[in-house]
Amino acid sequence: MAQDDAVHAEGLVKTFGDVKALDGLDLVVPRGQVVGLLGPNGSGKTTTVRILATLLKPTAGQAFVNGYDVTKQSDEVRHSIGLTGQYAAVDEFLTGRENLKMFGDLYHLTPKYVKERSEELLSWFDLVDAADRPAKTYSGGMRRRLDLASSLIAKPSILFLDEPTTGLDPRSRLGLWGVIESLVAEGTTVLLTTQYLEEADKLANDIVVIDHGKVIAHGTAENLKDQIGGDRLEVTLVDPHKMSDAQAALAPIFGSDSLINESNLSGPVSGGSKVLVEAVRALDFAGIEIADLALRRPTLDDVFLSLTGHGAEDETPAPTSSRSRRGRR
Amino acid sequence: MSSTMGTLRTSTPEAMSRPILGWTLHDSLVIARTTILASFRIPEAMFFQLIQPVIFVLLFAYVFGGAIPIPGAEPGSAADASLYRQYLMPGIFGQTVAFAAAASTVGLAEAMQKGIIDRYRALPMSQSAALIGNTFANAIRQIMVLTVLSITGFIVGWRINDGILNAIYAYLLLLLFAYTVTWVGAFIGLSVPNTETANTAGLVWLFPLTFLSNAFVPLDGLPTVLRAFAAYNPISSLVLSTRELFGNPTGYPPGVEPEYWSLQNPVLYTVISCAVVIGIFAPLAIRKYRSASRR
Repeated sequence: MAQDDAVHAEGLVKTFGDVKALDGLDLVVPRGQVVGLLGPNGSGKTTTVRILATLLKPTAGQAFVNGYDVTKQSDEVRHSIGLTGQYAAVDEFLTGRENLKMFGDLYHLTPKYVKERSEELLSWFDLVDAADRPAKTYSGGMRRRLDLASSLIAKPSILFLDEPTTGLDPRSRLGLWGVIESLVAEGTTVLLTTQYLEEADKLANDIVVIDHGKVIAHGTAENLKDQIGGDRLEVTLVDPHKMSDAQAALAPIFGSDSLINESNLSGPVSGGSKVLVEAVRALDFAGIEIADLALRRPTLDDVFLSLTGHGAEDETPAPTSSRSRRGRR
Repeated sequence: MSSTMGTLRTSTPEAMSRPILGWTLHDSLVIARTTILASFRIPEAMFFQLIQPVIFVLLFAYVFGGAIPIPGAEPGSAADASLYRQYLMPGIFGQTVAFAAAASTVGLAEAMQKGIIDRYRALPMSQSAALIGNTFANAIRQIMVLTVLSITGFIVGWRINDGILNAIYAYLLLLLFAYTVTWVGAFIGLSVPNTETANTAGLVWLFPLTFLSNAFVPLDGLPTVLRAFAAYNPISSLVLSTRELFGNPTGYPPGVEPEYWSLQNPVLYTVISCAVVIGIFAPLAIRKYRSASRR
């Protein structure tokens, strides 16, 4: 039943002029779960979140958030959600505390509650010392934390996080992951979009891979990895120019499925560590020096490559990019 | 901060009870309050907003002043220069409040680009409050600008000659006008694709509008077609109203009536114009806002 899920979307279509940003997208986020929406730039992630957050109207299809129809009951939807976008949308001239107060007031919460909740969020997000400084003096990580804290002021049961860690340094990213995990532990439902596979792998129970506005795969991280098979062998060469020679030399092992990445060559293998020896021999025979050789489980990156034919962080050519679109019709 | 942090303990959110007339007023005031608060945090921006009209006063009073004759004094005489400053100040007031629109254009284009409008639109707040609050804050900011401008005017010889009550009416009319053009500015700010465009689009219409008026020169010197346009330009009626209310020279010799209805009834025409412009641009801007999204 659509109304029981935190998010339930069916056949979402969104066109901007003659560009189809969403092409019949289905999405279910069960209550209390973290679903990661994974896709390259322009695949429709942000458009999906924007429709669910009532910022855009779908061209076709329907969506329910917390049981409310996003187009007909948008006010109820807005009461149920918190939204943190790709850009820390806090007022940079207001202090941390003032930002929280503003959002609390706009959620129509009592001043007493806003005060209590703000103090709690400030200390939880480690912003107490910076609470009375204008947000423009904050680091990128602090702004994101303030942004997230602002979304949490009314304790929404459903949180939309649109690329919450894009542009953050690794330490801030880890910090934010910790926060998100704690929120989930408290029962918040999270829909997370990301282009970082590691992030989806770490946070999401369930991963929905989309490309060109459609769901192309769906499952747990393990399910998805299993879909593309077993171990992969990764070879890094001393001389990267010999990549295609290496590919030819390793053809008996890899077959035709090997991939040349930026700095290495990888392909599916079977037979465990025996294959390492075979690969060393083959490359040595071809006179190619090896810098590094590793056998590993597939990552979501591999899943991504095999599903979409391109990497997660590739820029797909315009005009399918929903973010560069004006999206205002 | 780490994943070992404690749980959030605060009890269920306590909501305020809904006001009889809905949330629009409450939300607008929240936005206005924070907008004004934020503008105090940017003293540089405030400084330049104040310094620009002051420069105009000095420029017109001392550079152009001698070249523009005002009926009632010998051209080029000291009396003429002093009369021109009396004549000039209401023009500068009018021009300044008209330019309040540009601040609104840039402000909203920026809020859009930074995702702040998206953020507001995903909140269960009144959907028109962000704009009402913003335009309101912009008009309030003009109080400060008008104060600085009045002091500058006083220094160069401008005076309030017709009583404090009429002067208050004049200031209120100026603020109404500022509020009105702010809606036009808001509509433009929500319509342009980015802040760079907003910077020029916000200003480009204001130059012809303010200069094709009686703000700096009497209308008599203009060709007939331009004169008719200038006469029905609400800036002309605003400026003439404030000249009359401040008891400054109107640019018409004693006993001579302006030839256009709008200038025979300048206060009425100004108020009607403001009502019509708000009536058109407020709904347009709010409609834009509702379908607006980050660009």
